[in-house]
Amino acid sequence: MTPAPQAVPMPRRRSGRERLIGRGLIYLAATLLALFILAPIYLIAVSAFTPRESAFDFPRSVIPTAVSTDTILFFLNASGVIDAFWRSVIVALITLGLSLLIGAPAGYAIARYAFRGRGAYRLAVLATRAFPIVILAIPLAVTYRLWGIDDTVLGVALMHTALALPFTVLITSSVFISVPRELEEAAQTLGCNPLQAFVRVSLPLALPGLAAAAIFTWVLSWNDVFAAVILTLRNPTLPAKILTALTQSPIYYQFAAGFVMLIPSVVVIFFIRRYLLGLWGRVVK
Amino acid sequence: MAEIRIERVTKLFKGTRAADDVSLTIGDGEFMVLLGPSGCGKTTLLRSIAGLEQIDGGRIVIGDRDVTELPPRRRNIAMVFQSYAVFPHMTVFENIAFGLRMRRAAKGDIDRQVREAAELLHIENLLDRFPAETSGGQRQRIAVARALAMEPQVLLMDEPLSNLDALLRLEARAELKRLLGEIGSTTIYVTHDQVEAMSMGDRVAVMRAGKLVQVSDPLTIYDAPVDRFVGGFIGNPPMNFLPARAERRDGGRVAVLEDAGEVRLAEGEDLDGPVLLGIRAENVELVEAGSTGVLHGRVLVVEPLGSHNLVTLQVGAEQLKATTRPDHRLERDQEVGIRIDADRIRWLDAEREVAIGADAVAGPGAGLGPVTAEERDAGTPAAST
Repeated sequence: MTPAPQAVPMPRRRSGRERLIGRGLIYLAATLLALFILAPIYLIAVSAFTPRESAFDFPRSVIPTAVSTDTILFFLNASGVIDAFWRSVIVALITLGLSLLIGAPAGYAIARYAFRGRGAYRLAVLATRAFPIVILAIPLAVTYRLWGIDDTVLGVALMHTALALPFTVLITSSVFISVPRELEEAAQTLGCNPLQAFVRVSLPLALPGLAAAAIFTWVLSWNDVFAAVILTLRNPTLPAKILTALTQSPIYYQFAAGFVMLIPSVVVIFFIRRYLLGLWGRVVK
Repeated sequence: MAEIRIERVTKLFKGTRAADDVSLTIGDGEFMVLLGPSGCGKTTLLRSIAGLEQIDGGRIVIGDRDVTELPPRRRNIAMVFQSYAVFPHMTVFENIAFGLRMRRAAKGDIDRQVREAAELLHIENLLDRFPAETSGGQRQRIAVARALAMEPQVLLMDEPLSNLDALLRLEARAELKRLLGEIGSTTIYVTHDQVEAMSMGDRVAVMRAGKLVQVSDPLTIYDAPVDRFVGGFIGNPPMNFLPARAERRDGGRVAVLEDAGEVRLAEGEDLDGPVLLGIRAENVELVEAGSTGVLHGRVLVVEPLGSHNLVTLQVGAEQLKATTRPDHRLERDQEVGIRIDADRIRWLDAEREVAIGADAVAGPGAGLGPVTAEERDAGTPAAST
């Protein structure tokens, strides 16, 4: 979207040159910010795809001199890496599904219904995150063994869902608050029952916010090491696998691992991004 | 088209009665305006008719059906919201078609009805746009078109013009009145703007504190308010109310105003004791000081308004507003005679502040005292932007 300067009341007319400088500064800041995030990603990618020896080159060349997939293939073929990768993807997908399935209705309830103890509930949801997970580690592992879900994909996903839910609930509740209630009421006068009004009006309008919650949940699950290490042994997720197996590995394998860790997050964010920006760009208040 | 019967409807909000035992019948094809200051319960009553609020007592009948327990979608109503509530993620066409699609109307019918509704409101060129690409006035039209496309038995409107700027509102008011006159649907229209109520309604129901005060045609409400509140809320300037004492004098009766003189009562008026003299500014004539049979007063302020002058006078301990021709020269502090048209006086009981002889038509909300400053603000057009 291009900025519309006439829409903003200005104390005085700014000259063309000032505006140009202002815009230049914004682009400069955006570029620096992008570099800050993209440069390490790029360097990891370069290191992952160059021959092993050049990982120790100094000064390091920014442009890859020789491309080689040896390192990355060796890493992927190492025992259990591919399995761990898919396990991680499945865990993250289950987490994503569960936390939206449980969190979005909870957020909607907080946003729309004035029920007894709403404030306390909101606080309690957040307070669960104030509880250090380290304290829970042993009881959790024991409980998981008792239930027979230790060392399983579902077990890790449940843990991640528990970790993500408070934020999902809070994010989605603020999203639904921003959708005017009158829109749902209008839908109801036009023939919808409350569920139809939600599905046809509130849900599409809430999509950008739900996308943000989804990205957050995905990243949380994908990055989590602690819960995964506690709860898995023979069936680790990718981060757990990398942490336990690769700490002693040479640095070029670590680069390869880092690159493999990055890719799914980038892909997921790429697809969710367009919902984040809003399908119709501007929303009427 | 249908008659609406509201029977003893009560709605509680956290202990206060937003609608308090309200009974009102709206005729088939009638344009009824619910008028009152903010917080008087008019919107609550409208939302109860729409089914968006559950009522705590009474019943609501639309046509021959008791709809009290029905959800909004089964009431055969359409509603225009104050915020318009157009769906931002749908084109104007889809907005107008929304209700028809929910009804699973045939595609050809949807197309035809959407275009008809759009043409009625002159927005056929906007059908492919999203609401974000339209102006406030156009969104208001979209909301009305969306309601009309449903061909509802009853059209409910909640302050549909209050978010428009003053000039546009004036235009939209006349346009809406013409449109609804053409369609002839039963309409309930909520507003706090007394000018809107006067200019649009077949009948006006004035509400206060959850109760009906008066239900009449606009001119009766204006000329014969049932109590001091209605007289003060309707009209700009509000009706003047002067305390007086009715006495027998020379075979007839007069009302004596302290330090100002006396007014001869019209034939047949049979009053005694303390009363309130209610008179509209345009029924007060300013004449030369010392004329016979007039009250005397002193000019405080003269406000030239182009079509007329608005004059504020000191009359005894009270102030009185009068309108004069624009060429009528008056100086500040000038002493004048005030001739009051005896036939146009509205006499009120001094204690209850209810019009004498009006008990039969006064609603349960009558006689709750004069308009408060807050209520007054809500009723003036200037404040309702």
